[in-house]
Amino acid sequence: MLDETPSAPDAAGATPALELEDITMSFGANQVLKGVTLALLPGRVTALLGANGAGKSTLIKVLSGVYPDHGGTIRIDGEAVAMESPMAAARHGIQTVHQRIDETIVPGLSVAENLVFEEIIRGEIPAVRSLRRLLPRAREIAATLDLGWSDDVLTKDVFELGIADSQLLLLARALSQQPKVLVLDEPTSTLSQSEADRLFALVRRLRDEGVAVLYVSHRLSEISSLADELVVLRDGRIRNRQEAPLDMAAAVRSMLGDTVLAETAGRTEMRGTRVAVEVRGVQLLHRSAPVDVDLRYGEVTGVVGLIGAGKSELARGIFGADRLRCGSLRLDGEDYRPRRTADAVRRGVYLVPEDRAAEAMLPGWTIATTSTLPFLRGVTRSGILRPGRERGVAEAVITDFGVVATGPDQNVDALSGGNQQKVVVGRWMHAGPRVLLLDEPFRGVDIGARGDISRRAREQAAAGACVVVLSSDVDEIREIADRVLVMVEGELRLDAYTTEVDNDAIVASMSEVA
Amino acid sequence: MPEALRSPETVGRVRDALVKYGFIAVTVVLFVFFAATEPAFAQSSTMFSMLKFASVTAILGLGVTFTMVVGGLDLSIGATAGLAVQLAAMTMVFYNLTGPTAVAAVLLGGVLVGLANAVLIVVFKIPDLLATLGMMFVIQGAKLIPVSGQSVSSGMVLRDGSVAPGRFTPDFLLIDRGFVGPVPLPVVIMLVLVVVSWFVLSRTSAGRILYAIGANPEAARLAGVRVGLYRGLAYVISGLFASVGGLILVSRIGQGDVNAGASSLLEAVAVALVGTSVLGLARPNAWGTLLGALLVAIVLTGLTMKGFQYYHQDTAKGFVLIVALLFSFTLSRRKVRYTPAT
Ligand SMILES: Nc1ncnc2c1ncn2[C@@H]1O[C@H](COP(=O)(O)OP(=O)(O)OP(=O)(O)O)[C@@H](O)[C@H]1O
Ligand SMILES: [Mg+2]
Repeated sequence: MLDETPSAPDAAGATPALELEDITMSFGANQVLKGVTLALLPGRVTALLGANGAGKSTLIKVLSGVYPDHGGTIRIDGEAVAMESPMAAARHGIQTVHQRIDETIVPGLSVAENLVFEEIIRGEIPAVRSLRRLLPRAREIAATLDLGWSDDVLTKDVFELGIADSQLLLLARALSQQPKVLVLDEPTSTLSQSEADRLFALVRRLRDEGVAVLYVSHRLSEISSLADELVVLRDGRIRNRQEAPLDMAAAVRSMLGDTVLAETAGRTEMRGTRVAVEVRGVQLLHRSAPVDVDLRYGEVTGVVGLIGAGKSELARGIFGADRLRCGSLRLDGEDYRPRRTADAVRRGVYLVPEDRAAEAMLPGWTIATTSTLPFLRGVTRSGILRPGRERGVAEAVITDFGVVATGPDQNVDALSGGNQQKVVVGRWMHAGPRVLLLDEPFRGVDIGARGDISRRAREQAAAGACVVVLSSDVDEIREIADRVLVMVEGELRLDAYTTEVDNDAIVASMSEVA
Repeated sequence: MPEALRSPETVGRVRDALVKYGFIAVTVVLFVFFAATEPAFAQSSTMFSMLKFASVTAILGLGVTFTMVVGGLDLSIGATAGLAVQLAAMTMVFYNLTGPTAVAAVLLGGVLVGLANAVLIVVFKIPDLLATLGMMFVIQGAKLIPVSGQSVSSGMVLRDGSVAPGRFTPDFLLIDRGFVGPVPLPVVIMLVLVVVSWFVLSRTSAGRILYAIGANPEAARLAGVRVGLYRGLAYVISGLFASVGGLILVSRIGQGDVNAGASSLLEAVAVALVGTSVLGLARPNAWGTLLGALLVAIVLTGLTMKGFQYYHQDTAKGFVLIVALLFSFTLSRRKVRYTPAT
């Protein structure tokens, strides 16, 4: 087949470290990649952009040996190779950090064993060796990202790590292997700003040492500061290639095709008056001072703070997912003591949790069954399920949020990360919440969907709901929220309307330590 | 076109078909084989006795199925059936009470064991395998105490030297020997429980919730599901089903055999596991469990007719299990999942 897309400009005249030629990949009848040609040059960072479901992760899985039955050719240093397994990819110097952490972390092993896992696979370290003797190498690997993990952390079961630390673990593991080609699929979606900055510094250093980097992210600011080249994937083909200086607006246009970006600039500010949730004397972290705050109907409240600032603890406390240490809550002026999540759901208090894979997805379930699980009463008659109703709910969620899927019966495992998030957010919004708590709702969603979720959240607030968005990203909060609360170490540092406070003030108060 | 036959799609399609229907095909093939080679096999009396034979295993297997759906396993199921045997015998033989009273005592006992398991697992957070294993030993040990380790039978001499006043009442013995039309009562009970279990698991919100707990308990909890309540419910159902199985068993043997039920545990777990592979569903389900029990019954009946001795039975059962698991796991390359029927 003739290649109609121009191949990447060979800037330094160097042989590409990795070349993909006319790569195709299908899942059943669904052809996800329709002939992708791409070259990664040594010493350059190539950004890969694309909407949710465009096929970015699929392309990455092809080049890292997860899907050996793809079409097209893969060349390393000019020679065609069969990428038949992840191990083969590692042998060719390709290191990948996949988007889904749970697919790459090895459960049941310690943190240290996970860090040295590559060496164990290659047989450089015997699999049966006491943990103590792995520690020196594990410490070395952790040090590539300045993780500063104590031996206590290294000997823990890897399941005890939070989502951000697990991501850091995988990054450190890949970076320490001295790859020729480094592939990062949305590596920063769970990281705090300072952790992300450390990662960027390291990526730049590796690039300067001649590593070819492929970088996927939905955060445009990261891409414009990091990337030397950019390609946009849409409908399984590369639609746009650029070299620095990058024209991000053009990239976004070709990424979203005809879909128009939701306008966020010209939105009207909302100020609620009626109090929904009164938080009184609630202690969020071990030894932090108690927090008092009112969350109001008719506005979007954004809670911003670094990872570990106590944002999730606040949301989970209001949702009844975790017991509050002390203090009390009132809902609509009445005592509100959710002993379990079911109490909260009954009162119309909903939470979209932070860690989608661990806390929201049910492996093997369909969009329909995932959507209706919290509201089975609405799709049953005397306890008996009504499949028609279920499909109705799922179809509404799919169309309202533009979920890229084959239909209500599609398995959620086969959805791209961003589309999974749309399903999870959509199922709660569809039910008309009184209080909607969104913990990091934009994790892994493309800018189109991010606009959709924001717009929908604001519509809910306009219709009278109390919407609370928790995020560690100031820009996200500014985009969606009317009012911003800054949390530092479990305490409230700032409570202001976003129009009355500038970014610098927010950032300054976020990093302020008592 | 030999080329097309060797294409990956054909191979894939053949494998899919094997996964989906292989297990049913094996059952049918064995059935036809035995029917063709042993004239007595295909008679309706053999059919019914085979179904009767399968009923206890199937009913216990259904109990196991419920606990497997919530991602657990009830290892006390055989012991609970054994407890039922003894409770029924003691009610009638020691205390000279009626058959219906015995039935009530047995069912209550099963529910109480289930509740105890539920409390250990849900409230005290003991892992399900350990909690039910502990429960198994407690039951097996405790039931020996009031009978000094003796099997209870009518006319036995009690500890104080007197003769036990009661006996197995005729109405109680009818549980195993009765018929509904031409169909033996245990078979009817089995079929009713299969249908009820299937309906609850795949057509009601309770069933949906049970599968959700198996799939991801934390995600279920954060969707507002009362995980503890429903997980406990699965163990109560399991205890109840175990006691129903025990009822049929004791009515069949007509005495309070202290060893009754002990061997049922593995069989029940095996048929429930085998059942996960039916139609390539790869999830615990009621019809699959029934089919698993039938396959075991067919193999054992057939082999017995072919003159194999009772001591070959365990080997045969083991083979059946392995072959069935081959279909569900190896060929489909899938794990057991907890996806609800849609
Ligand atoms: N294992 C699979 N089985 C079936 N379909 C799949 C599978 N993996 C991905 N797909 C489908 O392929 C398409 C591309 O998915 P992919 O994960 O590559 O998207 P993505 O560009 O990485 O999106 P995101 O930005 O949301 O991560 C989606 O429509 C998805 O439903
Ligand atoms: Mg992806």
